[in-house]
Amino acid sequence: MKIAIIDYGAGNIQSIKFAVKRLGFEAVLTDDAEEIKSADKVIFPGVGEASSAMKMLKSTGLDKVIPLLKQPVLGICLGMQLMCEYCEEGDTPGLSIFDAKVVKFDNTVKVPQIGWNQIYDLRSDLFEGVNEKEYVYLVHSFYVKECEETICSTEYGVEYTSAIKKNNFYGVQFHPEKSSKAGEKILENFLKLEK
Amino acid sequence: MLTKRIIPCLDIKNGRTVKGINFVDLRDAGDPVELAAKYAETGADELVFLDISATEERRKTLANLVLRVAEKVNIPFTVGGGISSVEDVDILLKNGADKVSVNSSAVKNPDLINELSQKFGAQCITVAIDAKQISGQWIVHLVGGKVPTELDLFEWAKEVEKRGAGEILFTSMNNDGTKDGFANIALKKLSEDLNIPIIASGGAGNIQHFVDTFKEGKADAALAASVFHFKEIEIPDLKKELADQGIPVRI
Repeated sequence: MKIAIIDYGAGNIQSIKFAVKRLGFEAVLTDDAEEIKSADKVIFPGVGEASSAMKMLKSTGLDKVIPLLKQPVLGICLGMQLMCEYCEEGDTPGLSIFDAKVVKFDNTVKVPQIGWNQIYDLRSDLFEGVNEKEYVYLVHSFYVKECEETICSTEYGVEYTSAIKKNNFYGVQFHPEKSSKAGEKILENFLKLEK
Repeated sequence: MLTKRIIPCLDIKNGRTVKGINFVDLRDAGDPVELAAKYAETGADELVFLDISATEERRKTLANLVLRVAEKVNIPFTVGGGISSVEDVDILLKNGADKVSVNSSAVKNPDLINELSQKFGAQCITVAIDAKQISGQWIVHLVGGKVPTELDLFEWAKEVEKRGAGEILFTSMNNDGTKDGFANIALKKLSEDLNIPIIASGGAGNIQHFVDTFKEGKADAALAASVFHFKEIEIPDLKKELADQGIPVRI
C-alpha cells in the first residue's frame, strides 16, 4: 500500500510518519501532485496558522489537487480545517470539501484547548473498535462547527465537530498520531479503508 | 470534558537522562526514549524533556534524541532548555517535538515569543517561568532560579500571553525540591488572570498535592520529576485518586 503524507512545510509531520510506521506501514512525505494522486491513502496534516498554510498550499498548486482526489484522504487538525469552506483564522477561504465553517473558541474557555478530551456520538467506519467517550489529544484555538457531515463531537465550552466525513474525505481535529492506543486504532482504521 | 494533564519531566544531558532514576524494570534507565515509552504506557498525558547540556554538539544531540522519541512514543512531548532562536525551534519541531518551551531567552528577548508564535503557531509555544517569592512579591528568576530579574511574575505572565504564548509552565523556586506541595495561591492567580493553560511545577511530594493544585491552584496540568522517577507516586494510582476526588483525568 502506498501512503502519501502531503508535505507543504507544515510543522510536525515526522510524528505522523512514525505513527504509520508503528502500525507496520511506510509513508512518503511528498509535495509532488502525481505521487499524491497515485497513492492509495493520503494524509493531509497541518499545524500552524490557517492563512499562511493556505498560501503554502497555493504556491505548490496543491489547493487544486486535493479536492479532486479519489482515494481516502485524512485531514488532521489544521489539515481538516483547511478542507472546510471558510476559516475565521486569517479570514481564510478553505478548500470547500466540507460544507462547514471554522471559528474561534470564545473566551469563556482557555484558548488554545490543549490536552485530552472525549469524542462521542461516533458514527463512521473510522471508529470501528473505538469506545464512545474515548480520550484523544487535541491542541487548537479554532473549531469546526457542528454540521451534517459531522461524524463525532467533542465538548469544550461548545459542542463542536471533532471528526467529519464526506465521500472519500475524512477530517479529524485531534491528533491520532499522539492519542495513544485510541489514536493508533483510528489511524489503522483509516489505512484499512477500502478505496 | 477536557482532562487535567499529568506530565513527567525528564532532565537530559548529552542525550541521556540525569539524576538517578529508579526504574528497576528498565534495561537502561539512562535512555530517555525507553523511559518516555514507559511513562506513555503507564498513563502519562504528556512529557517534557529539559536539556541541560552545555556542549558544542548539544543541538545535534538533542535533535537526534527528539527524533528517536517521536519514533517510539505515541503521546505529545515538549522540549526545552537553551532554545533561543527560530532555527532552534524549527529543528526540534521538524524532528518530531510537539511543543517547545522557552525560558531565559524569552526574558532577554521578549520579541522571540511573537516571532515563534507567528511562525509556528501559539499551540506549540510554551513559555516557562521560574519565580521566587521575595518579601511577598513573586520575582521572575533566570538560570534555573539563580539569577533574579526585575520582572514581576504576574506582569510577565500577562505579557507572555499577549505576545502569543500557547501556555505557561510556572515553576515556584520556593516550592521546587521541597516536596511540600505546589504554589497554589500564585497558580490560582495566574489561572484567573490569564486565558491560556497553566502548568504547575515545583513541590510535588504526594498524591494530595496534585489534588490540591488542580482544585485550589486551578492548574490545567501538573508537572513533576523525582516523585515519578523514584516511583514514590505511580501514575495509575495518582489518576485513580484524582478521579475519585472528582477531577477529570484520562484513565
